[in-house]
Amino acid sequence: MNTMNPSISAEADMQDQGPAIPVRENNPEDTVIEEGKTVGKPFAADPKFKLRNVSVSYGKDRAIKDISLDIGRNEVISFIGPSGCGKSTFLRCLNRMNDSIDICRVTGELLLDDEDIYHSKRDVVELRARVGMVFQKPNPFPKSIYDNVAYGPRIHGLANRKSDLDDIVENSLRKAGLWDEAKDRLDSIATGMSGGQQQRLCIARAIAVSPEVILMDEPCSALDPIATARVEELIAEMSESYTIVIVTHSMQQAARVSHRTAYFHLGHLVEVNETNKVFTSPEHQLTESYITGRFG
Amino acid sequence: MSNQSSQAEIVRNSLNRRYRKERRFRLYGMLAIFIALAALATLFVDIIYKGHSGFVKTTITLDVPLDPEMMYLDDPTDADQLSMADFVAPIIAALQEHIPEAETAGQKRELGRLLGSYAASEVRDLLENNPDLLGTTQTIEFLAHDRVSTYVKHADNPRYSIKLSEQQQRWVDQLLEKGVIDTSFNDVLFSRGDSREPANAGILGAIVGSLLTMLVTLAIAFPVGIAAAVYLEEFAPQNKFTDFIEVNINNLAAVPSIIFGLLGLAVFIGLFGMPRSVPVVGGMVLALMTLPTIIISSRAAIKSVPPSIREAAEGVGASKMQVVLHHVIPLAMPGMLTGSIIGMAQALGETAPLLLIGMVAFIVDVPGGFFDSATVLPVQIYLWASASEQGFVELASAGIMVLLTFMISMNALAIWLRKRLERRW
Repeated sequence: MNTMNPSISAEADMQDQGPAIPVRENNPEDTVIEEGKTVGKPFAADPKFKLRNVSVSYGKDRAIKDISLDIGRNEVISFIGPSGCGKSTFLRCLNRMNDSIDICRVTGELLLDDEDIYHSKRDVVELRARVGMVFQKPNPFPKSIYDNVAYGPRIHGLANRKSDLDDIVENSLRKAGLWDEAKDRLDSIATGMSGGQQQRLCIARAIAVSPEVILMDEPCSALDPIATARVEELIAEMSESYTIVIVTHSMQQAARVSHRTAYFHLGHLVEVNETNKVFTSPEHQLTESYITGRFG
Repeated sequence: MSNQSSQAEIVRNSLNRRYRKERRFRLYGMLAIFIALAALATLFVDIIYKGHSGFVKTTITLDVPLDPEMMYLDDPTDADQLSMADFVAPIIAALQEHIPEAETAGQKRELGRLLGSYAASEVRDLLENNPDLLGTTQTIEFLAHDRVSTYVKHADNPRYSIKLSEQQQRWVDQLLEKGVIDTSFNDVLFSRGDSREPANAGILGAIVGSLLTMLVTLAIAFPVGIAAAVYLEEFAPQNKFTDFIEVNINNLAAVPSIIFGLLGLAVFIGLFGMPRSVPVVGGMVLALMTLPTIIISSRAAIKSVPPSIREAAEGVGASKMQVVLHHVIPLAMPGMLTGSIIGMAQALGETAPLLLIGMVAFIVDVPGGFFDSATVLPVQIYLWASASEQGFVELASAGIMVLLTFMISMNALAIWLRKRLERRW
């Protein structure tokens, strides 16, 4: 051993440890995924988003590999999968948040109400007014609570009178379940609120421009369980009027809030199905491995 | 068990060594701070010690008999008579009141030399403006001659050589005793331009010159710098050309300031035919010099705006322009302002480039506009420091104190602005 150079000995150590890890009969890492093939029910009868053969690459790296999926009207769909599987990247394609990354290239067909959202004449500002977004970390503007919610309507010119704007702010805060807590301090700075309140404020800000779709990128990962429960309740309420796409690391959350669940793996969309089906009887072996906690 | 306790012992022993290291490290830090503070304190003490006397003027107050016969003047409104009249005679006469022993022509001459060379013209101006005063006796406060001033202020200081004759020294002592010669706050320093005579020299011209120059610098460098920073940071495509510009801006920040003076001389004065010694050209040259500082600090400020804020704004559908105007610039403003003010403070203290564009000229008048010949504070200090007369030395130190006051207030303003704006956001 002593005569070996360190790198070789390290390798030898790893080999020594090898048998300590229980060998599974069907190691998920060995599973070959066929590109563009998704099991389950990726398509819907009346889709809000119709996505066909979508691929995303960062320079030479392909982050999303040939995904086709429909997102139904007023549906809550969750994207789950191990870290780096591309679920966030895919979500960000839906309102073109990837545009600001120079090396990011999106190909394929992405239709919102049968209109191509990546069309060269398509205005990204209008798209984002229709497809709002809530981020992983609560990111209120360092302004007052009122100004945070009013910002979207203001820049889009949705309210002509102060009273209209007041109504929009109140309604949005009510829908986000924040009105009772915030009504007495609309002028105080938003960054002074608790994390859960901030995230609900961000949801209020997103719905203030009355979008059709709301994208949520791990909206509860920075929140405590109680705040998480409140946001989940909110998602359930909002599903009546909005189409919601939520990326989550918590399978319980996906199970609680979503109608359908999509499982991503290494840039592939492996399986899409009704949520209870995915969690009780997954069709694909990888999905099963993931939800039973064998990796991820 | 024994294995564990011995390990704990090893850790304990190494702890002591680690703490010793930490203490030593802290000591180095404190030593560095101490050296810096000591250097600063020495500088301040030295400047204040040398310069405080610059804020004191020496005056001789005399009851001057404006006797027509003595002056050969019976009509002060007549320009010819005014130019021929002898205004020294009544001053000497007034001095003789206090020093009766001075009778010979030589003694009278020595007596007259106690006053600054502008004393006679002060009497003349008084009569020209108020012809009725002819024949009366007026109490006039004259500035003492530089040599008298040095003697009064620094008689005990071996660094100054006293250039008064024994007789004159005796007279000055007598006059001091009678309260005829007195010292007071040097308002001349803040109310006049430069002069050949230290007692008459003021720094107001240089202060106004500096203000005018800084205004030009600010008006050019601030908007251009911030626009460049915003464009480079937010809009410029990432390509070779942008990289090239970036490298060049960083290099420009390291270019010696005198090069900018050469550029100003060649381009603004040589090519565009702009006048020499004027604040406009000085301000433009300093703006060029300050630009890289402003651009670099503004870019750093823009970079430090958290990406989550941009995403939030983009997420509700703000256009690129709106993201920048509504969120990025307001959040970056404290940093931008700090950088700009520090750049301006740097420009305020700059001498070399201004020498080349002729702002080093001897200028008596306080500049009235951007196209008047002017000098600036550091150049004025440089001029005084290199002047031969002793009185200018203390003026140079006094000038440094004025300049430092301006700089410290600018830096304080930068800190205050940053604190204030940060609190708002």
